[in-house]
Amino acid sequence: MIPGVSITEILTLTSILFFIGIYGFITRKNLISMLISVELILNSSVINFVIINKYLFPDVLQGVVYSIFIIAVAAAETALAVAIIINLYRKVSSVEMKDTEVMKY
Amino acid sequence: MERIIFYLLAAIMVIFAIASVSSRKMLRSVVYLLFVLIGIAGIYFMADYHFLAVVQLTVYAGGVVVLIIFSVLLVHHIEMELEVPNKKRQILTALLSTAGLALFLTTIYSYPFEVSGKAVTTTTAQIGEKLLDYGPGGFILPFEVISVLLLSVMIGAIIIARGGKEIDIKPERNTPEPKEEVILKKEEEIQLKKILKEKASIETD
Repeated sequence: MIPGVSITEILTLTSILFFIGIYGFITRKNLISMLISVELILNSSVINFVIINKYLFPDVLQGVVYSIFIIAVAAAETALAVAIIINLYRKVSSVEMKDTEVMKY
Repeated sequence: MERIIFYLLAAIMVIFAIASVSSRKMLRSVVYLLFVLIGIAGIYFMADYHFLAVVQLTVYAGGVVVLIIFSVLLVHHIEMELEVPNKKRQILTALLSTAGLALFLTTIYSYPFEVSGKAVTTTTAQIGEKLLDYGPGGFILPFEVISVLLLSVMIGAIIIARGGKEIDIKPERNTPEPKEEVILKKEEEIQLKKILKEKASIETD
């Protein structure tokens, strides 16, 4: 545990980060900006896993292992999303939400 | 001392996260995201999980952010600014987020956490053994599934980004252009042709 810092303070920080991510996800109209917001959300939840493992169950490693898996899945998601965005840009020459209205092809 | 560092990191992370979701320039918002991710790595370092901190730095700061920057540079003009979302929607979303945050905070502050005061240092070897453990409570199966997932994502990303057949999506959806624009366009074309002819004649001279 971090000396002098209680678990509620860290959980407060991660909740703030999570809701900043939600705010960005709803207000942004650009696909890449939405991807950035998703990264914020995922990272705040990863901190929660790690910190709860550290503070409440310091003898086990489940939280750390799960956070490694989440990081791997997040990296995979980003790679796929970037590939889709670049392909979409080639087709409709835009990455705005309002221009991506066709799902087929 | 740790308290001061933690609050400093928290302030940096919150400020840059807000800047990242509200900046109107794409590239800057990605760089702000990078600062937030580095702050998160700092928190892992403080919590004594060095392996996780290093993974965070290499995967996010080294991989994901560079990938996003590449995609921004491929699909965007750097000086182009994003359109502003309308004010009403922005305020409504901010209110909703604040309400959700309040809900979270009341839950967190009313829950009695049983913090065990033990300070256990986790070594990288322990994490590796746990990942490759095939006894009860081991993580060998998810570990292998993740490796298959990463391989398939690599192949899928290559296939998707390479692109398939070209289609034009919008021809019949467009409303017919107003006459004035058509005339203007024709004039432009005529002028362009003139310029091109002059150039050609100069070059042949």
